[in-house]
Amino acid sequence: MLAWLEQFPLLAAGLAMLGLGGVFGALLGFAAVRFRSEGNPIADQINALLPQTQCGQCGYPGCRPYAEAIVNGEAINKCPPGGEAGIQALADLLDVEPIPLDDEHGEEAVAKTVAYIREDECIGCTKCIQACPVDAILGAAKQMHTVIASECTGCDLCVEPCPVDCIDMLPVETTLRSWHWPLPPADRSPADIIASDCDVNQAVATSHSQDRDQAA
Amino acid sequence: MRRIHDFHGGIHPAEHKSDSMAQPIQPAGVPDVLVLPTGQHIGNSALPTVAPGQRVLGGEEIAEADGALSVPCHAPTSGTVLAVEDRPVPHPSGLSALCIVLQPDGRDEWAEPRPFANPMNADPLLLTQHIQQAGIAGMGGAGFPTAVKLSPRPGKPIQTLIINGTECEPYITADDSLMRERAAAVISGSLILAHVLGNPTVLLGIEDNKPEAIAALKDAATGSGVEIVVFPTKYPSGGEKQLIEILLGAQVPSGALPADIGVVCQNVGTAAAVHHAVVNGRPLVSRITTVTGEAVSRPGNYEVLLGTPIRHLLALAGYDASVNQRLVMGGPMMGFTVSDPDCPIIKTSNCLLLPTEAELPTPPPPQACIRCGLCAEACPASLLPQQLFWYSRGRDHERLEAHNLFDCIECGACAYVCPSHIPLVQYYRASKAEIIAQRQDAERAEHARQRFEARQERIERQAREKAERREARKRAAEAKATAATGDDKDSDPIQAAIERAQARKAALADAGSKD
Repeated sequence: MLAWLEQFPLLAAGLAMLGLGGVFGALLGFAAVRFRSEGNPIADQINALLPQTQCGQCGYPGCRPYAEAIVNGEAINKCPPGGEAGIQALADLLDVEPIPLDDEHGEEAVAKTVAYIREDECIGCTKCIQACPVDAILGAAKQMHTVIASECTGCDLCVEPCPVDCIDMLPVETTLRSWHWPLPPADRSPADIIASDCDVNQAVATSHSQDRDQAA
Repeated sequence: MRRIHDFHGGIHPAEHKSDSMAQPIQPAGVPDVLVLPTGQHIGNSALPTVAPGQRVLGGEEIAEADGALSVPCHAPTSGTVLAVEDRPVPHPSGLSALCIVLQPDGRDEWAEPRPFANPMNADPLLLTQHIQQAGIAGMGGAGFPTAVKLSPRPGKPIQTLIINGTECEPYITADDSLMRERAAAVISGSLILAHVLGNPTVLLGIEDNKPEAIAALKDAATGSGVEIVVFPTKYPSGGEKQLIEILLGAQVPSGALPADIGVVCQNVGTAAAVHHAVVNGRPLVSRITTVTGEAVSRPGNYEVLLGTPIRHLLALAGYDASVNQRLVMGGPMMGFTVSDPDCPIIKTSNCLLLPTEAELPTPPPPQACIRCGLCAEACPASLLPQQLFWYSRGRDHERLEAHNLFDCIECGACAYVCPSHIPLVQYYRASKAEIIAQRQDAERAEHARQRFEARQERIERQAREKAERREARKRAAEAKATAATGDDKDSDPIQAAIERAQARKAALADAGSKD
């Protein structure tokens, strides 16, 4: 057999390639069945970075659908609650350039908000309950409703359906627990370069003396 | 003689301790009004149990502990509750929090003290409960509920109890004066703590700049088994992890607790408070606070009722507002500025520093980092402050965590030595808070995701069940219809009704034709 093959080197090479192809093909086929991943792992990773407000400002009915849309080529700048930080995180994950937030879908909120129902005015229509994506509103037909503040994601979706307009979005107040030290302001943070020319040195010196004067 | 170890870094700032040690501890008296925050400790704030207008006796519980990581509050003297409302509290944020406002009646009537009988033979669990109920939280500055540290952790026996008498920060002498004048209470409290922890070795660590306190403690500790360990003065020897390294030569691993290596640390003030609670049956209602700085004419240590407004202490110490820029609560290294002199003294207030501008000048504007490396030499946690500073400015949270930002004890040694006056600790504090906030946001997002998915699943299930029910009804109707047609055609009710109507019409027509 070997001797016969030696006479036809081209055929031998062809057979060897065919054999290798068969072996690796079988291996890959086995791996595809044995190690099949459930769901879409990239969509899962994207979904983990989205803020899960389920607000629908991106135009999709929830964060998971938007994550799946991103996998299929949707832009990463349509999530106002995630803001610039969220876009940066998505860009890092997907290894693309971060792009500014798309204004069409809303602006990044300055402060976190939480829904508050003015309970005297509530007529118990249950429309907000049906709108809430995270079941954070408690109540029954013709009974007063209330928001479980700790579960509210501040998505605004309950405000629109309310027929008597009794839902306010209130900013979350800073408490002793949520307060934290801010980073030193930019004008108090040190310069990146060491000044070497005379003018800048003088400027620094005068600002020093001004500071001293003010302090005294 | 025990071998003393050293820790990396540290600094030797001017001590300024003698100013406030000229006189013995003086009582600060009873102010016009006491403002008692419900959150004077780390953990859940206590829950008020009194209403405005109610009269309370000294030592009576006015707010109860909310869970295990919490301690109750007690009335420091007899009086009437004026209000339960938000008042400014001593906190760097300057925010307000829930306080119980008490108007003392001057009679100082006390509830029956409840001493713990025979503590040295008692069940440690009952003693721990008693210590919690007395409202004791760490008096060294952090205010961690003492009972939590005393609770046994399965599989981790405590081999060493360290009583921290270091008080390494400049200006502060509250613990020093306590050890000088009340050494017996400190030793007695230490022995009770040791009994609760299963009688480990007890070491009381103290810096060599307090010779009188050392003598008094050695005197009181004779024959008690408490070993007084004296070591050279260096800031921040009083840090928990630093003190453990000095006394035992062992380092607490990054991210671990002292209890993981069999050590518990308690402050001398805490030990004395435990003594009062257990032996005298009095809850924690007062503490020793140093009032010092060049803006006061009578610096010293005062025994202050908790809730006493800072204003009252300032008047006692002869405060001159014209030369003072800021009220500092705590020391010059780790203290914070309090904006409102109506803020009260709380369980963790060890010092009130009233410096003149010359004494503690406003920091000059920061300059560029020149990479001199002094900060890394000074860091007692062996971190790389420069790297942390760059990453903090760039908000590179991953690298900050990789460089062990969370091992920073915020002692301020790096900022103290920095020739460019960069407020390094501020960067670390802010970055720590940002990282923690991000983690909480991620947890909240995960929670919201679960709720959203649960809701989606429920809606789908309901729709499916509805469709199934409709299907079932449809099938039942069809089955009934086929059964009816199969059995007997005459029994069709519609057909029968039509026939009945036709019969009636026909009968009517017949009757009409007969007429």
